[in-house]
Amino acid sequence: MRLSGRQIDCIRGGRGVFSGLDFEASSGEVLAVVGPNGSGKTSLLRLIAGLLVPAGGSVALEGGDAELTLPEQAHYLGHRDALKPALSVHENLSFWRDFLGGKTGDVGQCLAAVGLGHATHLPAAFLSAGQRRRLSIARLMVVRRPVWLLDEPTSALDTAGQALFVGVMRDHLAGGGIVIAATHAPLGIETRELRMGSAT
Amino acid sequence: MTALAALIRRDIKIALRVGGGALIGVLFFLTVTVLMPFAIGPDLPLLTRLGPAILWLGALLASLLTLDRLFTADHEDGSLDLIVMGRTPLELACAAKALAHWLAAGVPLIVATPVLGLLLNLDASATSAVALTLLVGTPALTFTGMIGAALAVTLHRGGLLLAVLVLPLSIPVLIFGVAASQAAITGPLPFGTPFSILCALSLVSLVVGPFAAAASLRHGLD
Repeated sequence: MRLSGRQIDCIRGGRGVFSGLDFEASSGEVLAVVGPNGSGKTSLLRLIAGLLVPAGGSVALEGGDAELTLPEQAHYLGHRDALKPALSVHENLSFWRDFLGGKTGDVGQCLAAVGLGHATHLPAAFLSAGQRRRLSIARLMVVRRPVWLLDEPTSALDTAGQALFVGVMRDHLAGGGIVIAATHAPLGIETRELRMGSAT
Repeated sequence: MTALAALIRRDIKIALRVGGGALIGVLFFLTVTVLMPFAIGPDLPLLTRLGPAILWLGALLASLLTLDRLFTADHEDGSLDLIVMGRTPLELACAAKALAHWLAAGVPLIVATPVLGLLLNLDASATSAVALTLLVGTPALTFTGMIGAALAVTLHRGGLLLAVLVLPLSIPVLIFGVAASQAAITGPLPFGTPFSILCALSLVSLVVGPFAAAASLRHGLD
């Protein structure tokens, strides 16, 4: 499987964020998108996720499921956690498992794997920032998607959480997955780097 | 199908829990209707004449009160991004969200109508006529209101804009809803004529609403 972008232009709010960007990632590879604030890391991820329309160029996934579009085969982990404070940890995760569909795993097991096994019936409103992030990571595990788009995935995670996340990523890569992560801190895993220019 | 059922279940759960807003709508409906007899005075025939219009206006405003959170809440916490990316067509997801909103916020209004009818000196047949028109008409309010809710997503403080956008769209529903209720109470029109048009309005909005809302959500993404 190979995810590639050719000559992508991105314009937001009438301002060019980046232009003529090329990137490429194959199965089992992590592409780390690095660059200063405002260089368009998040924009690139949202563009691959189909949440932004590129002003020029194209993104394509080769070797994926031909019946599905790229966004339908991707996980997006953004700044916002997509958690409902009124629902319990278990309800939040089982909703995303049922809604996202496809090949799914067991909610309880995934929660235990990210260290939230003791808090399954706690409303998500009471979770700390790090616990919310762990719950989002459980979402990546419970529904199988070949492409992971991660925006600052390790922010708010403690050392143990970061080590856990590296393990989760390794499993995903071993299964032929692709990870594209926008990050400032090193992920603790061998990556290919995509350096974004400064904002113009 | 599981995806849509999950979405409906989730939205109803959130609406019924603390801070969800389903009960706020009913309380608002109750307050507006209870205040009317105090404002108008103890003129029973006048209350009977105005009753259906008051109930309809109350229901319209109450459903508007909770509609502005329909997509905004999901937009703010990032759920909307995942819903847009999902394998379920966005049109169906919008329809499911509107259906959940109607079940959680619309149905309680209809259930409350018979009680409120007493306060407005409406007899049993008049109350059931109003309840029947509300049952048929409130889906139209929700599904047209959804278009405004989708447009207001990307704007901060979109609540007021929602009212401005949605109220003109709901005028036909209001006209035929009240007309059908009045026809059942006083005549001379047969009940069926305005009621059929009300049904038609609801059916049209069931079809148009999800497509228009999905289009505006896709356009408004950033």
